[in-house]
Amino acid sequence: MDDVFLKIRGLKKHFGDNKVLDGVNLDVARSSVTTIIGKSGIGKSVLLKCIANLLTLDGGDIELDGQPIEHSRRGSKGSDAVTFSYMFQNNALFDSMTAAENVALPLLEASKLNKSEIRERVDAMLAHLGLSESSQRYPGELSGGMRKRVALARALITNPQVVLFDEPTTGLDPERKFSVFEMIADYRQRFGFTALLVSHDIPEVFEISDRVAWLDEGIIKFFGKPSELDADAESALSGFLSKANYGRSQGSKK
Amino acid sequence: MIRTFGRSALTVVHELGEITIFGAGAVRGFFNQRHRAAKLILATHEIGVRCLPIVAIVGLFTGLVMGLQLYYTLVKFGGESALGTAVALSLIRELGPVLTALMVVGQAGSAMASELGIQRNDEQIDALQTMSIDPRGYLVGPRLLAALFCFPMLTAVFDLIGIFGGYVTGSLLLHVDGGVYWHRVFESVSWADVLGGFVKAVVFGVVTMAICTYRGFNTHRKASFPGVRGVSESATRAVVWSSVMVLATDYLITSFLL
Repeated sequence: MDDVFLKIRGLKKHFGDNKVLDGVNLDVARSSVTTIIGKSGIGKSVLLKCIANLLTLDGGDIELDGQPIEHSRRGSKGSDAVTFSYMFQNNALFDSMTAAENVALPLLEASKLNKSEIRERVDAMLAHLGLSESSQRYPGELSGGMRKRVALARALITNPQVVLFDEPTTGLDPERKFSVFEMIADYRQRFGFTALLVSHDIPEVFEISDRVAWLDEGIIKFFGKPSELDADAESALSGFLSKANYGRSQGSKK
Repeated sequence: MIRTFGRSALTVVHELGEITIFGAGAVRGFFNQRHRAAKLILATHEIGVRCLPIVAIVGLFTGLVMGLQLYYTLVKFGGESALGTAVALSLIRELGPVLTALMVVGQAGSAMASELGIQRNDEQIDALQTMSIDPRGYLVGPRLLAALFCFPMLTAVFDLIGIFGGYVTGSLLLHVDGGVYWHRVFESVSWADVLGGFVKAVVFGVVTMAICTYRGFNTHRKASFPGVRGVSESATRAVVWSSVMVLATDYLITSFLL
């Protein structure tokens, strides 16, 4: 693969005797969208959390832009430090802060921008995501779709180079799902970040994915373009995809 | 049995060590935060201002009861004129710091443990970490530092209102001479007594707030249950262990001070 930005080799994460990740290898190209699919509880979110340093690894290496990941996280002293963002499955918004305060938080606490610059950026981001009217409302006063958009705004406000999306469309109706996927694709094009996405929305998520990785039994068993899923699918993957309605929707398209 | 006792003792020592490292990390992390003054003011409001009414009420009733009890004890020896001394010294040296700490633990400590537990379960603490914000410095550090001056201040309020409560019972209801009561208060209380009370208050503040924040922050690791039950368990344990530690450290400090 050309221009590998995120390189994972032999990543292991165990919880007691449960080997959730048992030697994951994955190459993610720069400015691409890679979607991780797999059964519930198979370790997809664990993989994202290992990359985000929320969990310590039991083995293996993660490299970003050719550097061990420890040197690349935001907050490290190097001027070329890679910025990470994470959009959580349940949004992880602060209930006691308004939508605007939630979005401004990473800039207020971890950037050197002054207050007027921060306000400008937050207003622009909220306007892009159609949240200007709701900027002074608290998360509890927002609909599920709006909360997702606030979480997306917070994840993108720092202009990150890598964004990890943990099931960004959970609990949304099909229309909202589509609009969240559109936003991710749109912002990826606009800001050029590299996205790693965990999703169960098969096949909708394939529309914005450059690559798909199938995680099963602690390792990546398939990695390729969405169009290669049918041709290269081994029987277990076929079974998983047909249960996820992929085969049926593909068949109906044909 | 000896093995079980030994294991429990080791667990307690290990946990105390963890709490110390946790607290020290939080304070260190706080000094790397931006907008420190604003965070300290918020934490002071949470611990100091919000707890003021309950501390004042408990202080008043404690003083009222002490006035009553000590009067009936002292009158047996014809020493009711020493009521001011007895009330003031008991409150300033012992009851003020201890009861204030227990009240703040019940109000602010349990709220902190629950809030941090919910933030942990809701992944808000993880979110801070992904935003390169040190969660301990951001959430815990200001509370520990605010406790350093809120606890002595609240203790002072408790002591003053308690002494006034003793005066209300002793002089206004039981007709001990008011002038004698206040004279005995001023005569018997030394700066060493006041300082000793404040030392206790500071130690209780740091110990209890460290336990409460540690329990809440580590709900995912320490509670036996996940979710809401885990948060409730963290809050309960935070209050119970903080209260036990208040009494245990009180004994230790009193032994050194006397």
